[in-house]
Amino acid sequence: MDFNLHLTLRIAIIAVLAVVLQETFVSQISLFGATADVTTLTVMAVGLLAGSMAGAITGFAIGLLVDLVMFQTVGVTSLLLITVGYWSGRMRELRDPSHGLIPLAVGAIATGFTGVGMAVIQFLLGVDAPVSWLLIQQIILQVLVNCLIALPVYEIVRRFLYRALPRDPRARRRHAYTTSLSPLQRPSERLGGARARTR
Amino acid sequence: MHDKTIRRRRAVLALLVVISLALLTDYFGGSSSGPLHSVQQGISTVLSPLQSGASTVLSPFRDAANYVGSTFKAQSELQTARDKYNALVKQYAKIAYEGEQYRKIAATVGLDNKYGIGNYDPLYATLIGADPVLWYDTITLDKGSDSGVRQYDPVVAGAGLIGDVTRVTHTTSVVSLITSPNFAIGASIENQSGAAGLIQPQVGDLGVLELINLPPDSNVSDGQLVVTNDLRDAKNPTVQSYAPAGIPIGTVSSTNPQSSLLENRSERVTPLADLQHLSVVQILRRRNN
Repeated sequence: MDFNLHLTLRIAIIAVLAVVLQETFVSQISLFGATADVTTLTVMAVGLLAGSMAGAITGFAIGLLVDLVMFQTVGVTSLLLITVGYWSGRMRELRDPSHGLIPLAVGAIATGFTGVGMAVIQFLLGVDAPVSWLLIQQIILQVLVNCLIALPVYEIVRRFLYRALPRDPRARRRHAYTTSLSPLQRPSERLGGARARTR
Repeated sequence: MHDKTIRRRRAVLALLVVISLALLTDYFGGSSSGPLHSVQQGISTVLSPLQSGASTVLSPFRDAANYVGSTFKAQSELQTARDKYNALVKQYAKIAYEGEQYRKIAATVGLDNKYGIGNYDPLYATLIGADPVLWYDTITLDKGSDSGVRQYDPVVAGAGLIGDVTRVTHTTSVVSLITSPNFAIGASIENQSGAAGLIQPQVGDLGVLELINLPPDSNVSDGQLVVTNDLRDAKNPTVQSYAPAGIPIGTVSSTNPQSSLLENRSERVTPLADLQHLSVVQILRRRNN
């Protein structure tokens, strides 16, 4: 991936906005007893749109910012969001998913991974207080709440990054396969085109 | 070319993971005055005006969203509230009379000084940031050391204690909530035994606290009020709050059957403060050391 200053600037703006919005607004609104997590969804969206390297770097940056601003143990959120960003990007590069609900599914898996991963790391670092089973319920509720906002968040990130994104070579190939010479095109259209030319 | 791209991608990933692990190790093992903590202080100071501004700008939207959420919740809570109201009205008449008597006596014998509340200077602060993870660790307030806030100042909201200040910058302070795994505080039950123990959270459950280390003869029953006592444990970094004695924390919600007459008891406590809907809180600033 070549360095793209325009894309980098736009991702940086998105990262700062996501963290500020999360902490000043989203974290303070409770829906069904849980709060949404737009930082994870933003990293997921950047990974799906810009690829694994951009996703991993964005995950690292957003995670670091969250940990620094909220006086958390620095590095924990970065570690989780790097995985989310990289994995989302690899999914785009390897599977090239085109279904409209992919951000919803990937967002749900990413949120679940972040919730469980945070719990595991906290346990590894040592928690003196007892941990309630309701934490699992909270993780599931957060996954559901994030499912509700995954598509809007993805669409906002896509619109913001759209002009700066490099043209996807797979999309170019798909476009080439569906020209008038392509066997994928419907026969009626080909014949129609041929008749039009003979007249 | 393709191999080079793969190698570069893997190298970047490995580098990011190594940096994260290094930061985590350094932060977790280092002292609270280490360079990473200083960077955190600096970043928080720089970003606090942005947080404060964004919080103010977004407050109408936040209030609107919370209003909608509260409406659904309010329907189910209405009947419970009515029952409680009727019970409380009866209690109020009795307590109002006793309170009047108490004020007269307190003014005479100086109970304010005994409880130490006179040594605190309340300061209203607005919430400008909340922890995005599910561990309900911390919130950020818009008042810092410039306003006289100091580390371990207790913080109250609405009905009771919500936590204490663990980090302070010039313009902001970070509060560890009573549901944080890094928070514990000495507490007593307001009954005849006055049994004292330690309040600690049930991580992940905002509605439950644990009152542990109660003496076996505590004589606890449901609904009894749990308040702070002025216990501080210099050896335990989680029990550092300067909360004065007598601040309500919650009520006993269920009592555990006692397995042995020699073993200490532990009871479940429901916090009085609503930690999910905080907006304005009160920091009890200490006037002296």
